[in-house]
Amino acid sequence: MLSQGKCKSQSIPLGSQVANSYDPPVCGSREGGIATPAGRTESAVKMESMIEVRDLVKVFGSFTAVDHICFSVPRGGIRAFLGPNGAGKTTTIKMLTTVLAPTSGRIRIAGHDPVRQPMLVRRAFGIVFQDPSLDDELTALENLALHAALYGVPRKEQGQRVESLLGFVGLWERRDDYVKHFSGGMKRRLEIARAFLHQPRVLFLDEPTLGLDPQTRSHIWEFVKALAKEQSVTVFFTTHAMEEAERVADDITVIDHGKIVTEGTAGALRQATGTASLEEAFIALTGRSIREDEASPADRMRMMRRAWRGR
Amino acid sequence: MRAVWILWLRQLKRYSRSRARMIGSLGQPLLFLLALGFGFGPVFARAGNGNYLEFVAPGIMTMGIIFTGVFGGIEIIWDRQFGFLKETLVAPVPRLAIVLGRTLGGATVSLLQGLIVFVICLIAGFRIHHPALLPIALVFMALIAILFTAIGTAIGSVLRDMQGFQLIMNFLVMPLFFFSNALFPVAGLPGPLRVVVLLNPLSYGVAGMRQAFSGGIGFDMVTDVVVLGALATVLLGVSSFLFSRIEA
Repeated sequence: MLSQGKCKSQSIPLGSQVANSYDPPVCGSREGGIATPAGRTESAVKMESMIEVRDLVKVFGSFTAVDHICFSVPRGGIRAFLGPNGAGKTTTIKMLTTVLAPTSGRIRIAGHDPVRQPMLVRRAFGIVFQDPSLDDELTALENLALHAALYGVPRKEQGQRVESLLGFVGLWERRDDYVKHFSGGMKRRLEIARAFLHQPRVLFLDEPTLGLDPQTRSHIWEFVKALAKEQSVTVFFTTHAMEEAERVADDITVIDHGKIVTEGTAGALRQATGTASLEEAFIALTGRSIREDEASPADRMRMMRRAWRGR
Repeated sequence: MRAVWILWLRQLKRYSRSRARMIGSLGQPLLFLLALGFGFGPVFARAGNGNYLEFVAPGIMTMGIIFTGVFGGIEIIWDRQFGFLKETLVAPVPRLAIVLGRTLGGATVSLLQGLIVFVICLIAGFRIHHPALLPIALVFMALIAILFTAIGTAIGSVLRDMQGFQLIMNFLVMPLFFFSNALFPVAGLPGPLRVVVLLNPLSYGVAGMRQAFSGGIGFDMVTDVVVLGALATVLLGVSSFLFSRIEA
């Protein structure tokens, strides 16, 4: 039996019959709440989930950024993680990717614990960060070689993998160019190729299409979907572009004020809120108030970068 | 091991590609060499201390090394703000390997910088007496390079942005340089200053280099190596501890 959680993901004022039509989170089974769907025992759900989060909490001082959240993403699933600014998305991703220690709760990435087995977890996932994380002073090839060395990609396979990934994202011809001469979209494509280089089982994308034009955005998602399917990679991404979430994701998890508000397909969310689009459903679920974030050093650096590089 | 090597290589590539940085960081030592080396020469000779250029050249080389070293370490801030650091933080590599790769890379770069200053000193008229002792001088230069790059790495792991950089330069690096035996001999210094200079680890490095270049070899060289080596090891430990506390 799973431990008793305090996850309150179903506490939103949705019609109960609608809530039942959702794919409930694994830990939704406590508090006499929602039963697991027929034919899937909890252990089966657990076995096939690539990302499993239970009762995850992160407290900064007196502020609870993430408050007893629960969800799981099945193998090969594509999950959108939506929420207003400051809802706890990035904090959650940081905990899932071993760079931030949770206050309490349980995480499993491909069956491993980020707190106790960080190296196994890091080997199992690839990530595309919100901000570019390439070395501008190196070429595309050198950036990939660096990644391959850090992840211990076998040298024999490295060349072939690099060539096919760069070819796939359309950068093979530019492989010897410095990344500083790349456009925002090219950098993103390179980062996606890089994230797949060590053949991860889970791919995290934190607002991967921020600031890109619609053509590039659609391309980026084509690459991600095709590569994820080919290597049966589980995808977990955040975005503010609702149409992307609707088009790309199998399921959507909505977080606000550190709590999971709801979870389900885009259709189920629209239906539950009686709205016509996911955007309206999102606003219905998270309210209309604008969230103010304090500028972090990273934000200031982003602004400086824009000012200096005209981008 | 592969991770340490690739991060070391990265520092070298970045250095070799940034000609502006290479030339820019030569400006200061060059200025000191020309202004002090030739300017103080007559006074120094009149005081009966011999050739000042001969005396000050190791100090100027040290200057090239420590400034490049600290800057190379502090580059972590740059990497953090431009995002590359995250790539290394989520990689399945121990933090120690990252620190080692970066620090050894930065140290190699600053050693190269020191060697360029060495060549410039030769052109300016600096002469070494026993070329066979050159490797010993190199050992000292390498130790100074590692020590100061590790200091830079430690500082870079703690600072959030480059705004503190000036502070570090003016209140740590400059004093370490000026309150050492790089520019003047220890003998005859007033008491308190003498104590400060002797407590300064840089003094041991400069003393070792000076001795190796001038052809003297003695027991105090061992002391110099031990002090520098021990301190470099400690600083490497401190910097990897501080680095491991970075949360992306």
